[in-house]
Amino acid sequence: MTLAATDDPKLTSTLLYLDGVSVSFDGYKALRGLSLTLAPGEMRAIIGPNGAGKTTMMDVITGKTRPDEGDVYFEGRHDLTRLDEAEIAELGVGRKFQKPTVFENHTVSDNLLLAAKAPRGVFATLFGGSGAAQNETIERILTTIRLADLRQTRAGGLSHGQKQWLEIGMLLAQDPKLLLVDEPVAGMTDAETAATAELLREISHDHSVVVVEHDMAFVRELGVKVTVLHEGSVLAEGSLDQVSADERVIEVYLGR
Amino acid sequence: MSTPALRLDRAGLIFLALTLGAAALAPVFALLVPRDSAFAMPPYVVALIGKYLCYAILAVALDLVWGYCGILSLGHGAFFALGGYAMGMYLMRQIGARGVYANPILPDFMVFLNWKELPVAWWGFHSFAYASLMVMLVPGLLAFAFGWFAFRSRVTGVYLSIITQALTYALKLAFFRNDFGFGGNNGLTDFKDVLGFSVQSDATRAALFSISALALALAYLVSKAIVSSKYGKALIAVRDSESRVRFLGYRVENYKLFVFVVSAVMAGIAGALYVPQVGIINPSEFDPGNSIEAVIWVAVGGRGTLVGAALGAIAVNFAKTYFTGAFPEYWLFGLGGLFVLVTLFLPKGLLGLLNMRRAARPAAAPPSPAAQEEGVQ
Amino acid sequence: MISTPLVRLATILFLLFCSTMARADAVDDALAKFFDDKFPRTEQGIDALAASGAANAPAILEALGDNRLLIDQADHLIVYQTTGGDLINAKTGEKLAGVEAGALKKVRVNNALRRAIDAAMGSLTLASPDPQKRLAAADAVFKARDATALKALDVQLAHEADPRVAEALRQARAAIIVLDSSTPSADRVAAVATLKARGDQDAQSLIDETAAKTDDPAVKAAALDAMAAIKAHLVWLNVLQNLIYGVSAASVLLLAAIGLAITFGVMGVINMAHGEMVMLGAYTTFIVQSALPPAFSQWSLAVALPLAFLVAAVVGIAIERLVIRFLYGRPLETLLATWGVSLILQQGVRSLFGANNRQVSAPDFMSGSFDWAGLQITTGRLWIVALAIIVFAALQLALRATSFGLRMRAVTQNRRMAAAMGISTSRIDMFAFALGSGVAGVAGVALSQIDNVSPNLGQGYIIDSFMVVVLGGVGNLWGTLLGALVLGVANKLLEPVIGAVLGKILLLVCIILFIQKRPRGLFALKGRAVEA
Repeated sequence: MTLAATDDPKLTSTLLYLDGVSVSFDGYKALRGLSLTLAPGEMRAIIGPNGAGKTTMMDVITGKTRPDEGDVYFEGRHDLTRLDEAEIAELGVGRKFQKPTVFENHTVSDNLLLAAKAPRGVFATLFGGSGAAQNETIERILTTIRLADLRQTRAGGLSHGQKQWLEIGMLLAQDPKLLLVDEPVAGMTDAETAATAELLREISHDHSVVVVEHDMAFVRELGVKVTVLHEGSVLAEGSLDQVSADERVIEVYLGR
Repeated sequence: MSTPALRLDRAGLIFLALTLGAAALAPVFALLVPRDSAFAMPPYVVALIGKYLCYAILAVALDLVWGYCGILSLGHGAFFALGGYAMGMYLMRQIGARGVYANPILPDFMVFLNWKELPVAWWGFHSFAYASLMVMLVPGLLAFAFGWFAFRSRVTGVYLSIITQALTYALKLAFFRNDFGFGGNNGLTDFKDVLGFSVQSDATRAALFSISALALALAYLVSKAIVSSKYGKALIAVRDSESRVRFLGYRVENYKLFVFVVSAVMAGIAGALYVPQVGIINPSEFDPGNSIEAVIWVAVGGRGTLVGAALGAIAVNFAKTYFTGAFPEYWLFGLGGLFVLVTLFLPKGLLGLLNMRRAARPAAAPPSPAAQEEGVQ
Repeated sequence: MISTPLVRLATILFLLFCSTMARADAVDDALAKFFDDKFPRTEQGIDALAASGAANAPAILEALGDNRLLIDQADHLIVYQTTGGDLINAKTGEKLAGVEAGALKKVRVNNALRRAIDAAMGSLTLASPDPQKRLAAADAVFKARDATALKALDVQLAHEADPRVAEALRQARAAIIVLDSSTPSADRVAAVATLKARGDQDAQSLIDETAAKTDDPAVKAAALDAMAAIKAHLVWLNVLQNLIYGVSAASVLLLAAIGLAITFGVMGVINMAHGEMVMLGAYTTFIVQSALPPAFSQWSLAVALPLAFLVAAVVGIAIERLVIRFLYGRPLETLLATWGVSLILQQGVRSLFGANNRQVSAPDFMSGSFDWAGLQITTGRLWIVALAIIVFAALQLALRATSFGLRMRAVTQNRRMAAAMGISTSRIDMFAFALGSGVAGVAGVALSQIDNVSPNLGQGYIIDSFMVVVLGGVGNLWGTLLGALVLGVANKLLEPVIGAVLGKILLLVCIILFIQKRPRGLFALKGRAVEA
């Protein structure tokens, strides 16, 4: 499963490497020859109009959708097109969904417990307890995501913003090498949005992050390299100011 | 947070007290209290309630997969029946030369079919230990093989339900055949004794009753331990949002497979206890209708509660015994109506109703009974 | 080897001449043999009568076979009774009056005599002016292999104009001479070839027998050759026959499953009472048949079809409005609730009509069967195949060409989007359910012809129907058609090889494995919307 494609220096130096990825659903091309690389420790914002293929790209990286063609490598070694969701997650790819998906019937702390980095085998979870170190981590995350007081509340009873934060907290507990964050501030107030941007910047110190977002103010706040997707492939790449000045980007995305 | 010590809620404690109490007291009332006393338990009542207890074990097993993991199995009756057949085969071999044809090795139906040798599948069943192993192994292996295919290929929802129904249907067809080697249409019956005790005697019946009650208590404790562990939490997470669990790196298929196999083994044990108490096992036990009826026991009692499932099994079967005696014409209307009414108006079952009542009393109640059960740190 | 064609022709002409001359006496002699009513004598009588070639010989022989040949011991008369009941003097052909059939003695026949009668009838009607009758006669001779008919065969063959009859005559002749060691070897080899060309079960057994018995090496070689060829042909015929059975089974499956495919496709729920809709359709047929006056019995199915659709559709609407609507988004609960409905419907029908099977008869035009190129085809099954095709075509038309169908397909593909476009999904659900249930009712009419009409009729169909839907995938009726065909044909092809039960189990296992590979069936909808 670990294909050593070490000949390509471009491959080995990347955390995530997508080349010529195409996906189609019944003739509709969701991705057409998408190529993208992400360096270790990098944070990247991905923007693009509806139908640009942002979510499909996430699906391909996390193993939910198999590409029709193209290469997807993680850490230059792991061919993600051959692995399923659980295997990819175990490699260290975490995902936050567009619509917040937390386990509604579990408490906030149980949600974090399930996400926490620990052996995932049936017998490990059946007989193993949670170690003190793990409890400490969970406590720290509860504070970070400001849900310490609600740790015993059923997640289904949280507000929308709190669910978004809980999900980010679950990503932190998972401690992946790469975080894929889909529209983290949808439905948040301005204050919450700012706080979320702050949180993501903090996370990016020791994780690589890919953020898909519509909210331009938020992307500006992140202050990172931006990739613009359009009709399933990369239209432009660079700082937000650079891509905002790009004629084609203005045409398809910012609107004219 | 602590290591997963088993914490029982109030319903669980009451339930355990009841089952253990029944196990201890039944022999007293059945054997020691004089027959003409008002407190005496006549043999038919012992057998009847003993049968209900086996159904209750099946219901707990079903609740484990349906209530906690969202797998609606419409074929659990197959595991029950397989366990029953394994026990029945032991009981058949125990008859020995006392059968109609007095063949010391071959059961009567084989002599009748003019078979000369014991089929391989029957080897070893003269031993109680071997038969007990098969009671668990056969349903367990079938569940493993079936689940391995079904869960790996992510067959879920109604697809899975219907496939499980097809499974038990196929087994029913197979067991109906004489040349399948398990007594065909008539099944296995005319048992004489188990471990040297006559299956007809009052003492054996009382003992079987107590063993069934103990098995029910044990099944409850094992299930409760499973659902209270981190594994159990993951299981509930699978029920509520399967793909999210997968993206967290859990191998959902293994999680499902484990609980499915455990549940099947439990159902097999229930069937094994059932057979000596009713005195017969035949292919009609594989009928898809039986399996789906077991689902309604769980639904009536309240799924995802374990205790409710067991109580539902006993309550529905009590009603069935009463109605099929008093108004046989109307029982199916009643059962059919129960399916409709429970799914429409009582999605959490009777126990859910009780919990909601209790939760409604204090003003600042937590939003759900589930949260209440978790207990405070 | 002096038997040249010329000699043979001379013999035939001679025999013909004799028979014509001696006809009247011969009939008398023949009839006299029946008087003793002893089997060997009666057989001689049959042969003699056949040899006489008298005009009324077939009628007499037929009467003998049916126990209608009577002896009047007192008046020394041989009399036969027509199917209408008249008594005819066998010798003169005159009608007798004032004689009671009951007072006369029947000439007894046994099976050996019946075979003799069939053979005799064959040779008698070989000369009939009706080619159809000649064909039947040649066939009878073929089956009886009566050497006495050889002369008549040769006579007829000499001037037979109809090529089909000529072929049948040659075959009959071949059947007689192929086992006759006095016939020249070359003729027997030719006979084997003729039989091989016929190629059916009878020809095969005849050739088998020849190969086993003959001492003539040339004949034996030819027979062995022919045996192999016929075996291969019969294997093909057998496969074809099973294919026909399979298509017939598939048409039943399609009728039962297509309604389920619609409701499952549109609403994503399994209606476990679907089989009971089929059952209601069958009972509707029963009621219609009991209510219609006998004069209209030919039309009962035509009346029952729309009525069954209506009854099942109305019950379907009731189920949808009263139960399923409230369980939207909870497919497993829907499954349980509809199971409850199915129990209620079963018990309801049982209370109303009793638990016993009800008889539904077939109209004349649907009963019977016929032979086509060596294949057995049942007329009733053929009509069911036709009905399945009509229902399928009508549904395709309804889904493709009407605005209701368009909206229904929209809801099938993406419910949320369809709702956003202003389609009332609730109404579509209701109509889809009515349609699916109605079609199940129509299936019930067809099933009443081949299955027992009982309250349990529907139970057997829900699993099979669902398998068809699983195999075919939802949202495309072509998938359902293909699924039904695959399952029906596979079932019937497996049945003779490993038995019905094992075949069914094997198919179930295959379907479970198939879901591994294609979880959404043969014709799957793809795209992100499906995932939800």
